[in-house]
Amino acid sequence: MLGMIAARLKTTIPSVIGVIIVTFLLTRVLPGDTAAYFAGPAASNEAIADIRSKLGLDQPLPVQFVSYVVALVRGDLGTSLTTGQPVTADLAQRLPASAELTLVGLLISMAIALPLGVLAAVRQGSWIDHLCRIVATAGVSLPVFFTGLLLVYVFYFILGWAPAPLGRLDVFFSEPPRVTGFLLIDSLIARDLGTFSAALSQILLPALTLAIFSLAPITRMTRASMLAVLGADFVRTARASGLSTRKVIGTYAFRNAMLPVVTTLGMVFSFLLGANVLVEKVFAWPGVGSYAVEALLASDYAPIQGFVLTMAILYVALNLLIDILYGVIDPRVRLEG
Amino acid sequence: MAITRRAAIAGGIAAPFLMTGRASAQSPSRSETLLLVQEYGPNSLDMQGIGSSQPVNGVALNCYDRLLRFKPVPIPAGGGNQVSMGELEGELAESWQVASDGMSCTFKLRDAKFHSGRPVTAKDVKWSLDRACTIGGFATTQMNAGSLEKPEQFVVVDDKTFRVDFLRKDKMTLPNLAVTIPFVFDSELAIKNSGGDPHAKEWLKNNVAGSGAYKVESWKPGVETIYVRNDDWACGKLPQLKRIIARDIASPSTRRALMERGDADVSYGLPPKDFKDLLDGGKINVVGVPIPNGVWGLYLNSQVGPFKDVRLRQAVAWVLPYDKMLQASLFGRGVDMSGGPETPKVAWPQPFPYKTSIEKAKELVAAAGGGFSTTLQFDAGNATVAEPMSVLIKEALGAIGINVEISKVPGANFRTEIAKKTNPMTLNRFAGWLDYPDYYLFWTMHGNNSIFNIANYQNPALDKLIDAARFSADKAEYDKLVVDFVKLVNNEVPMVPIAQPTHDVALQKSIGGYQFQPCREPDFRYLTKG
Repeated sequence: MLGMIAARLKTTIPSVIGVIIVTFLLTRVLPGDTAAYFAGPAASNEAIADIRSKLGLDQPLPVQFVSYVVALVRGDLGTSLTTGQPVTADLAQRLPASAELTLVGLLISMAIALPLGVLAAVRQGSWIDHLCRIVATAGVSLPVFFTGLLLVYVFYFILGWAPAPLGRLDVFFSEPPRVTGFLLIDSLIARDLGTFSAALSQILLPALTLAIFSLAPITRMTRASMLAVLGADFVRTARASGLSTRKVIGTYAFRNAMLPVVTTLGMVFSFLLGANVLVEKVFAWPGVGSYAVEALLASDYAPIQGFVLTMAILYVALNLLIDILYGVIDPRVRLEG
Repeated sequence: MAITRRAAIAGGIAAPFLMTGRASAQSPSRSETLLLVQEYGPNSLDMQGIGSSQPVNGVALNCYDRLLRFKPVPIPAGGGNQVSMGELEGELAESWQVASDGMSCTFKLRDAKFHSGRPVTAKDVKWSLDRACTIGGFATTQMNAGSLEKPEQFVVVDDKTFRVDFLRKDKMTLPNLAVTIPFVFDSELAIKNSGGDPHAKEWLKNNVAGSGAYKVESWKPGVETIYVRNDDWACGKLPQLKRIIARDIASPSTRRALMERGDADVSYGLPPKDFKDLLDGGKINVVGVPIPNGVWGLYLNSQVGPFKDVRLRQAVAWVLPYDKMLQASLFGRGVDMSGGPETPKVAWPQPFPYKTSIEKAKELVAAAGGGFSTTLQFDAGNATVAEPMSVLIKEALGAIGINVEISKVPGANFRTEIAKKTNPMTLNRFAGWLDYPDYYLFWTMHGNNSIFNIANYQNPALDKLIDAARFSADKAEYDKLVVDFVKLVNNEVPMVPIAQPTHDVALQKSIGGYQFQPCREPDFRYLTKG
């Protein structure tokens, strides 16, 4: 197993190097002058030149690249000009927020999509199949910021059920001691139920927004893969042997249908991490997505490079995890490096 | 007992409910706490530092003290106070005296203490002003604007007495000591933590070492800043609010919803339309102050392209739909800059004598040789206001045969574009901190060609008037110079003023004591709740 993981990791090295080079070059060809932007409104040309040399932007590109890589090896991603903090600290602070939101969104989505997909496949053509189709189409065609604003409008503004969309915690709660960075887990570790429920109520609406968006691929994939499995020989044999419908669907069909669904889940998770930029904006969620966008608007190189690199590494890790999960779900899948 | 999988799961699920009965520490109650929601927060705690963003002014204002501050005067339309540029009051200075030759000013310091407990001395004042003059970037530029240029100008007389020597008689020197740049650091604390840097830039960026009315309790860049009151503040009446929470909420719709539901107390920086709706709704107070020395203007490049011809610049000024632009882009939250008197007043900005008249514009275009095509650029960051404005400009100019193409420049790139000074038309808003007509024109139309002279306007006659006004000590002479140069730009129109925008802020009805400051950041020291 360990050998397999090591072999897999080895193949990802070239892609990570590629990501480093490409993000470096891409951020340099972006229009905009970082030094001019941060010199402030009334700065003279000398002041701008001064800032440029302080940021090392007056050096030729290869020299800038070498110093970037050298810093990277030391774990230094540079300093963000928009927040004024080291990028590593910013990302460490914000990544758990995005990850928590995305995971909760994905869990909600799975809780709805998997049963819906299975039912739609079992009762093909029934009202539940149509419902599944409508939910999937609606979910995928509504832009996330629209769903987000709509949910805020209905559940916060009109009904007043949801708390104010003020980020991860209401202003009158203080964050639990940081262990994982996931407020839901940290508050439980601190055994602080008040903070836990406050964090839970804050995360519910944004997570629901993400869930609605990601329902479609999961439901459709579950349905399609269940249909294929239900038509397979071994299901017919199981039925003919007189097993109960529950046993046939729950134990035999569903497990076999899971493989493509897990692949989809991995994909959905990684695109949700990126796609929650707008959700983060609407709900003032202090995540990595909004961080990267703000940096992009200000031509702030370091955070963009850090963000892309983190995402790439996350993606690699996720793919590895899914590969391992394959083996768990279906022992026939053997992984070769 | 063997730990089975089932037992482990049950234990895991039950764990959070085994409460130890420890209640979390609660902060001051809602009535003593103010919740401010803003688009984005500070990127540093040091306004003198290079690259500090606009909200850092708020940190400087509330957490640090200056020698002087602007005197609050009621806003004519009500709702709170604004400042009077000419009238100052002491902040760290108990009293001050300009020498009889008018070439220096001596300040007596109050018995104030830094947050660290150390008394504020003249040595700290000198260290801080020296720093502002030598650190470079915006701070130094702003100091220079008031003829504060060299460390030798700042003299420690004794522990409690401090003197500023003037380089020349400049009416902006004293007001410039009241803006958010020349604030006073605890120099000993800063030097101790500086790690060898004479400006202690890195440490002061992340720490407050001041004597101001508030301390920063916690700062999470991009998320929130929490201020707590400094109960030992000596430079004014103790503020009523004990704690201020400033949360960064990027989406204006969310900020508006928070205000309307009553969950947030104060919000800055909503789009003009939201302010108008909130005002019309009547549940929330909206206080507007026409931004002193601020105006939306259409800059016409006087050196490159078609607008070299003054007749075409005048034609543009005659054809703009001023009222429509004010209503459609600012939703009426501003002052119309058209239809002014032939003889200008001593004020800036003020309406130019132009008003919409297509015939006059057509005549001028015909005399200058007929229609042409050109481009208009604006900063995409200002799109909420600039986009509808530029569409109306395009439509109006189309009627006199000038075909306009609109170009929206991303924020990071806009500065580079205006520095080139080649685009024929630029729509931009500029506001000067120091409210003097000559100050505004010095930045935007003077031959020194600062970046904000977007029209690239060069006229030695105008430079002479502006320079004379800047250092004139005689009121009557000053007034005459101002009238003369405003008359000159009325005729030359390198920039067509469109509207003086209103600086709006939304406050719950329970919030009082609003104080407008030229830096346009919230001043918590005067706010009250309840």
